[in-house]
Amino acid sequence: MRLADMIALILRRLMTAIPTLLAIVILSFLLMRFAPGGPFDGDRPLAPETRAALEAAYGLDKSIGEQIGRYLLRIIQGDFGPSLVYRDFTVTELIAQSLPISLLIGGLALLLASIAGISAGLFAAARAGRWQDQSLMLTATILTALPTFVTGPLLALIFGLWLGWLPVSGQVGGAAWLILPVTALALPVAGAIAKLARAGLAEILEQDHIRAARARGTGPLTILARHALRPALVPVASYLGPAAAGLLTGAVVIETVFGLPGLGRYFVQGALNRDYPLVLGVVTLYAALIIAFNLVADLLYGWLDPRMRGA
Amino acid sequence: MKGPLILVAVIAFAAFLLPPLLPWNHAAIDWGSVNARLGQGGHILGTDDLGRDRLARLLVGTRTTVSVALAAALVALLIGTIWGAVAGWVGGRTDEIMMRIVDGLYALPFMFVVILLMVVFGRSILLVFIGIGAVEWLTMARVVRGQVMALKTRPFVLAAEAAGAPGRSILWRHILPNVAGVAAAYLMLTVPQVVMVESFLSFLGLGVQEPLTSLGILVNEGADEMDMVPAGLLLPGGILIAIIVCLTLAGERYRDRLASAQRR
Repeated sequence: MRLADMIALILRRLMTAIPTLLAIVILSFLLMRFAPGGPFDGDRPLAPETRAALEAAYGLDKSIGEQIGRYLLRIIQGDFGPSLVYRDFTVTELIAQSLPISLLIGGLALLLASIAGISAGLFAAARAGRWQDQSLMLTATILTALPTFVTGPLLALIFGLWLGWLPVSGQVGGAAWLILPVTALALPVAGAIAKLARAGLAEILEQDHIRAARARGTGPLTILARHALRPALVPVASYLGPAAAGLLTGAVVIETVFGLPGLGRYFVQGALNRDYPLVLGVVTLYAALIIAFNLVADLLYGWLDPRMRGA
Repeated sequence: MKGPLILVAVIAFAAFLLPPLLPWNHAAIDWGSVNARLGQGGHILGTDDLGRDRLARLLVGTRTTVSVALAAALVALLIGTIWGAVAGWVGGRTDEIMMRIVDGLYALPFMFVVILLMVVFGRSILLVFIGIGAVEWLTMARVVRGQVMALKTRPFVLAAEAAGAPGRSILWRHILPNVAGVAAAYLMLTVPQVVMVESFLSFLGLGVQEPLTSLGILVNEGADEMDMVPAGLLLPGGILIAIIVCLTLAGERYRDRLASAQRR
């Protein structure tokens, strides 16, 4: 793709991404704001003066429009406000602490899933209709259907407790603690990618220009590398957005299961504690991440399939 | 093709028929035998750390999960079919706007939307399935719309139109009956999706609440004590996986068969 096309595409996507993000932020802000039960509703009712002072301190006494406006202004500066439950931390600090862990796990899982999924899918397509294809695709379907909150504990039980090969939880450091969470997170994504890669390649292999190449006596590996691989990966690229969303939700569970201090865990804690600023901050970040992934998917799309350029 | 569906049917029947036959309720505490092993004190699968019968909890948990899934999938079917049929039938500007809305909702991280709803409106089982059903209808709407658009140009529909049949009767008599097959296939695929979402929420403590139980809650409890009682994780996890995998396999095969039948 030419650089100018790329910049144009990015700008066009940003034009739709910014209103989407804005809508998500405003909607979730309103939802959270009008929710029954607030962060200051403890076991003992607070004295009215104390409550008023607290609400004034957190800006909860202003009008809704003003609150949204102030919130948006602060987010743009990267300030998501103080956490209502983790009293000594701002939401930005909590995110800064936990995001690297989530990104590391998610990134490794995506890498593992892509490598395993694409190679399995290509192999299955090359053996289309034979037993290798059928058993691989059955495995892929089963993998896609496996919920991470079951596979996570299961893997921990088998490899951590029974076989004792790998650490189970709470041990951050070294590389071994990453293996189980990353594997559990990658499995369903790998299954989905394998199916898409197989479907993509199988369709390409039936096209005339591939038949022509074959008739000229070109070897299968050369055909794959020179003609078939790039277009075959188009469906995989289009899955990148949903995959990112899946990895983020999966990470919520995996971090809880393996006791990792990542973003997802704070999200769940925030949701259980009604810690509005924390939940809002994480949702905004998640939405931005998913939009970014969709943009990367579009760029990849254009690179893989020239017909899509400028579309 | 039949095998997976039969397995799911057996699990569902057991979950709905057996609980009343057990001497123990899923929430009742047997103070005499806390943490009982298999078969101890008349508890076939033993009891958990609060002295509750594991078998009763397993069956009732399965029942909750299956009922929530069915209810939510039906909500999704209803919204999705109506939305998709209207968009596909009316077409033009209306169609464009309606499908834009679907695209927009697709882009949302929907698990977080459901969690947000749970946080805001409190955790109740009713909201769990309304929330899930309201998000899961998107695929159904797309599929039904595509099907309706394809049917609109088929000769028998054109013939009915030429014969002067009113739009409403064409929709009801000619279009919707032909959408039913595809809708059924996607309904089969929606149920495992919903099972997954419900158990996910319950696992995190945001879905079904005690004393009611569900497979997600049981998996969570089982994961906490898996070093002592592996069965506490293996049984609910196994049932959950069996339901999801079997319905997904059956649904995909049914869908593929319909697709290849249509191509011919």
